[in-house]
Amino acid sequence: MSPALRIKWCILRTSIAERLAYRGDFAFATLVRFLPIVTQVFLWGAIYKATGPSDTTVINSYTYGDMVAYSLLVMVGRAFSSMPGLTTGIARDIRDGTIKKFLIQPIDMLDYLFWHRVAHKLVYYVIAFVPFALVFWLCRHYFRSWPDNVTLIGWGLSLVLAFMIGFLIESLMGLVAFWFLEVSSLVFVYMLASYFLSGHMLPLDWLPSPACDIIRLLPFKYLAFVPAAVLLNKYDHQQLLVELCLGFGWVIVLYLLNRLALARGLRRYSAYGG
Amino acid sequence: MIRTLGEGPPLCYDPGMPIIEVCNLAKHYRVYQKRAGKLASLSGLFRREYKQVRAVRDVSFQIERGEMVAFLGPNGAGKTTTLKLLSGLIYPTSGKATVLGFVPWQRDNAYRKRFSLVMGQKNQLWWDLPAQESFVLHREIYAIDHAQFQRRLDELTDLLEVRSLVRQPVRELSLGERMRMELIAALLHSPEVLFLDEPTIGLDVVSQRKVQGFLRHYQVEQQMTVILTSHYMKDVEALCRRAVIINEGEIKHDGPLAEIIDRFSSVKQIQLQFAGSEIPADIERFGRVVERIPPRVKLEVPRQEIPKVLAALLDQYTIEDVGVQERPLEEVIAELFVRKGSVAPDQGDS
Repeated sequence: MSPALRIKWCILRTSIAERLAYRGDFAFATLVRFLPIVTQVFLWGAIYKATGPSDTTVINSYTYGDMVAYSLLVMVGRAFSSMPGLTTGIARDIRDGTIKKFLIQPIDMLDYLFWHRVAHKLVYYVIAFVPFALVFWLCRHYFRSWPDNVTLIGWGLSLVLAFMIGFLIESLMGLVAFWFLEVSSLVFVYMLASYFLSGHMLPLDWLPSPACDIIRLLPFKYLAFVPAAVLLNKYDHQQLLVELCLGFGWVIVLYLLNRLALARGLRRYSAYGG
Repeated sequence: MIRTLGEGPPLCYDPGMPIIEVCNLAKHYRVYQKRAGKLASLSGLFRREYKQVRAVRDVSFQIERGEMVAFLGPNGAGKTTTLKLLSGLIYPTSGKATVLGFVPWQRDNAYRKRFSLVMGQKNQLWWDLPAQESFVLHREIYAIDHAQFQRRLDELTDLLEVRSLVRQPVRELSLGERMRMELIAALLHSPEVLFLDEPTIGLDVVSQRKVQGFLRHYQVEQQMTVILTSHYMKDVEALCRRAVIINEGEIKHDGPLAEIIDRFSSVKQIQLQFAGSEIPADIERFGRVVERIPPRVKLEVPRQEIPKVLAALLDQYTIEDVGVQERPLEEVIAELFVRKGSVAPDQGDS
């Protein structure tokens, strides 16, 4: 293994160990995250019932079953793209000077944070796998058919993109702390905006033009909508390839923005106060 | 090939040259000035006042390989800012510096593998994990050979008496134990230069002594170049021969530690123990009384008058014990800081 890979592997291993230090709290937090999906299923049930007979009513080309399937897949997408504590953690490190460990050691801060986050996600998936599998098994009749292999691979890649774009957006917001120190309001605004713009609240193809066209140009759709739409066969293979390429383009753009913000921020960084 | 000081690619280090060279280094901050009151808070949303803080002003010095130099100064004097500049944490406003031939703020990996910074108030170990896990991560980051790593870890944990604690989560260690672990993490890769910022802050006397003893031994053995900032003069006296006094961002004195007392203290202290249980009532005519615990007294007397005063005391009273000593360094330095700006700049006299 090359020295660079050994460092990444060691960060990953150590972060996993750290994540498991508070097993009880972590397991509880993981399980509690399933609660919103239950309320969402009931909410959509009520909406469809109010509109007509729930098994035949179609709203914007989604049946109730499609809607439940969409909500479940959005939950999976968010499990990859949400980065709890990343932005505020970077901002806190900048504010209180803990960032020094990244600056005096021969390591790359973004690389370190990335593998740290990969570790957190891996632990989360391991703990959440059984409840995820159970929920999907219980709701299996809401999924129309088993997707073909290309779609499955595309779905896997879209989840990787969701993770990378989610990470890069939130780390970029954290780096804003080099200029503003406090970013909690920014995080709040982002949470609200991404809930809507990522398709977490509603499928993005429900939105009227031109709002839908504009929102589809933004990177947020990769956080939830795209992975869900891929597995619901909303894209043919060619469209899938285009979406994935565009997503990869966003990864490059966001990565470059992160690098620029880090370089500029460090020039500005004053490490004041002890 | 040796390059001159300044920006540019890493320099090749010539063993004959000073390890640290600093030339007219300055760091200025812009600090927000908030007025008290709700109205001021509101107006602060639209218009803010800033103050320019000159944390370091035209600081210049050189440090040779194997030197252990104390940076002394009151809070906010610019000591820590200088260390931050030399470890590449921050960019200077102006001036030049090289450490081991590198410009610190270029943050070259080759440089970062050769120095360490320990800040007494900042943690770099993983809080929820045993220190051992952080050490292993350091091994990978600094590409330390496994056998060498184990040897060094055994040596350091033995010297600092924490071998039995490396498997205990850091959060469950005492402050003193944690600081010793921080020192181990900082030294595992055998840095040539070590920056220590208040390494004994908050430690009890036993832990302070352990850290002091370790640093003294280790620095001599490894011939490490060390800059130490500390408010504990006991640290400084135990470890350093050279002191740089810095105040309001400027160097006020740079020279042997012993010279500070000669230069800045015009008095010595005489300790007397009288026969019987009383101190003579007229003792104050011999000098300023700084401590009075009958039958003992401590007088402060001008240096040149010591022989005359001692002769007079021994002639007039029955004295059981007598001693003459310098004023504690702590007192001299504290007085020096209080006499703000009164110390004449005296750079490079070492």
